[in-house]
Amino acid sequence: MKEADLMLKHPLAKYLRQERMPHIWCEGCGNGILLNSFLEGLDELKQNLDRIVVVSGIGCIGRAAGYINVDSFHTTHGRAIPFATGVKLANPNLKVVVISGDGDLFAIGGNHFIHAARRNVDIKVICANNFNYGMTGGQYGPTTPLGSWTTTTPYGNIEHPFNLVHLAAASGAVYVARWTTLQVRRLKNSIKKALQKEGFSLVEVISPCPEIFDRYNKLGTAVDVMKWFKLISQVKHGYDPAKAEVAKNKIIVGEFVDIEKPSYGRLLREMTANVQDKLKGEK
Amino acid sequence: MPQKLWREPLDAQKTKLPKAEICIITDLCKGCGFCIEFCPKNVLEQSEQLNKKGKHPPEVTDESSCALCGFCTAICPEFAIFVVEKKGENNVGNEEKE
Amino acid sequence: MGMKKKSRSVLSGVHFLSGDLACAEGAIAAGCRFFGGYPITPATEIAERMARRMPEVEGIYVQMEDEIGAIAAVIGASYAGKKAMTATSGPGFSLMQENIGLAVMTEAPLVIVDIMRGGPSTGQPTMPGQQDVMQAKWGSHGDYEIIALTPSSVQEMFDLTIECFNLSEIYRVPVMLLADEIIGHMWERVEIPPAKEIATINRKKPDVSPNEYLPFKPDQNLVPPMACFGEGYHFHATGLTHDETGTPKTVSIEEQSKLVKRLCEKIRKNVDKIVKVEEVMLEDADVAVLAYGITSRAALSAVRKARSIGIKAGLLRLITIWPFPEKLVANIAQQVQAIIVPEMNCGQLVREVERAAKTTAVSLLSKLGEDPHRPIEIVKALRKVTK
Repeated sequence: MKEADLMLKHPLAKYLRQERMPHIWCEGCGNGILLNSFLEGLDELKQNLDRIVVVSGIGCIGRAAGYINVDSFHTTHGRAIPFATGVKLANPNLKVVVISGDGDLFAIGGNHFIHAARRNVDIKVICANNFNYGMTGGQYGPTTPLGSWTTTTPYGNIEHPFNLVHLAAASGAVYVARWTTLQVRRLKNSIKKALQKEGFSLVEVISPCPEIFDRYNKLGTAVDVMKWFKLISQVKHGYDPAKAEVAKNKIIVGEFVDIEKPSYGRLLREMTANVQDKLKGEK
Repeated sequence: MPQKLWREPLDAQKTKLPKAEICIITDLCKGCGFCIEFCPKNVLEQSEQLNKKGKHPPEVTDESSCALCGFCTAICPEFAIFVVEKKGENNVGNEEKE
Repeated sequence: MGMKKKSRSVLSGVHFLSGDLACAEGAIAAGCRFFGGYPITPATEIAERMARRMPEVEGIYVQMEDEIGAIAAVIGASYAGKKAMTATSGPGFSLMQENIGLAVMTEAPLVIVDIMRGGPSTGQPTMPGQQDVMQAKWGSHGDYEIIALTPSSVQEMFDLTIECFNLSEIYRVPVMLLADEIIGHMWERVEIPPAKEIATINRKKPDVSPNEYLPFKPDQNLVPPMACFGEGYHFHATGLTHDETGTPKTVSIEEQSKLVKRLCEKIRKNVDKIVKVEEVMLEDADVAVLAYGITSRAALSAVRKARSIGIKAGLLRLITIWPFPEKLVANIAQQVQAIIVPEMNCGQLVREVERAAKTTAVSLLSKLGEDPHRPIEIVKALRKVTK
């Protein structure tokens, strides 16, 4: 069978814009795994693809939106969440997913993130966390561990990183989970859960960056990094997100938050319905 | 490799073990090695061949050992490998493998 | 009583409104059903009115965390199929520039209201200015064209907001309503016509199947028909340079040139259709006053006064400032000896006038941080140039 025909036989082929494959990501980059898990989740949920919108920001993973064969939009740096907010509020029938990176979502887009979580807008954020700005060649960002090496921390990073799951939980997200790219099945399940839940969700995906961050920090090959993930990951569902900081010798993974709270869209529709009822009464 | 069981399950003769067909789109592979490293049955190894990208894609060493777990499909960042069930070619019990 | 059901979206009748409120009503009458905003003087009243009115017309008001978020949400709502708007003033307008570029690049129809106050920076929040004229045109990076209209009365705040929506839907471009603090806060009589007399235009939808649809393939007017999210077209849009399919083309010289030129050309080619001006007593004029927004009201008085004392003055009031009506100004420049441009800034649009007027004398009448121009000041300037 020809390779092109074989590509179309892949169980997730229909979800990809085949003409844009292969994607731009480096050998061993976790972004492809994230995309794979997301598409498998979509597939298993038998989602109506006409109702899915994928929004991304800028960075390596920002290209994900363009690879998925649904309505998708590639925004400016950091603005995926407010754009997605507009989409979701304007058409509540759509399922809106933001796929973006740690730098995009938590540095330049940090303010949008905490406010969307606080409002509990019904959007699903899947964050590829590779601990640095990969697209621009490996500068430190809001998740870079203290003491790490990047092109802009030539003497070691002196900034403390965000603990993303803690930030999301404190900001009001109803579902917060973290996995590494090794735990593909659990990652997929968390993505499925987020897709089915109403409200603001964050799934953090700790991901190898073999060509840049991992190389500067002498972490070995992508396989070495994945093995390291295996070694130091500890699955602890319901663990206090405040204590789940990513450390060199320990990454707590699992579901940290899974609560019920009315979404912004629901409250907005209820308010609008009340106003409408009142107006009808006045007639 | 078929395992020697210390006690044969009662339904061993009725149970059909599916046969796997491992499909590799060699030119999509960027050679990260995840599928080879993390296959629980060690069914894959790095090929001697170079693909269009100048990378060594995986090749199947023992398709009959594949348990169809699909981990290679799920962990491949390139959508370059997947496993399907071979139609109409089920193994019955263990005997065929002996 | 057999009375016709009153429309909640078009409040037909005569009202006494401020410019900001009239703008909000104009938006609703035009079909705006999404407002993403952030409070800022002197545009806050637009947000307040929209917050109250949107639920009444089953629309959405959302107050974002900043103006960056506000315009991002508005672009999102536009792509989700709503007519959407935001309103701000200088500092917020500055924050929006990044995503104005995105709206231009992805051809999102939307309306941005900028009630101009004194700048730079925080400047004078409660005082008028016309200092965002160049920012409206050039504020975001890269080459592009937008449309900007300048109302000079509260009635025009209503009428031109509708026009802004219509133009944005026709050309798939962000359209700006550039008013100043005086127009925004001034209260005047506004006549809202019956709903059926208000012409509203909706974006052109694709007439091909999803398989054949190319999201950025222009029609003969250089504007691509627009599918929206959820309609089954499965299209991709990006702020990166892209081809007709929406695929990023980050290193293609041809695609960069093709796309950017089209984004400019779709407006430039249609200048004559877009531009609106008001000409007063220009037929036999020896000298012209070119004004827009609040200053055009003083200019009109000044021109009348000048005529009464024997100066053949005329007024060219620009309603559309971007695209700049270059041909029209050039024609008038050939006919008159001088053009006077009163502006509440250090001289912004005057540069465009100079460029179009070529050898005809153009003089700026600049005013900052105080009351707008008084007619007598413009009359004095007219006298000076006709001596």
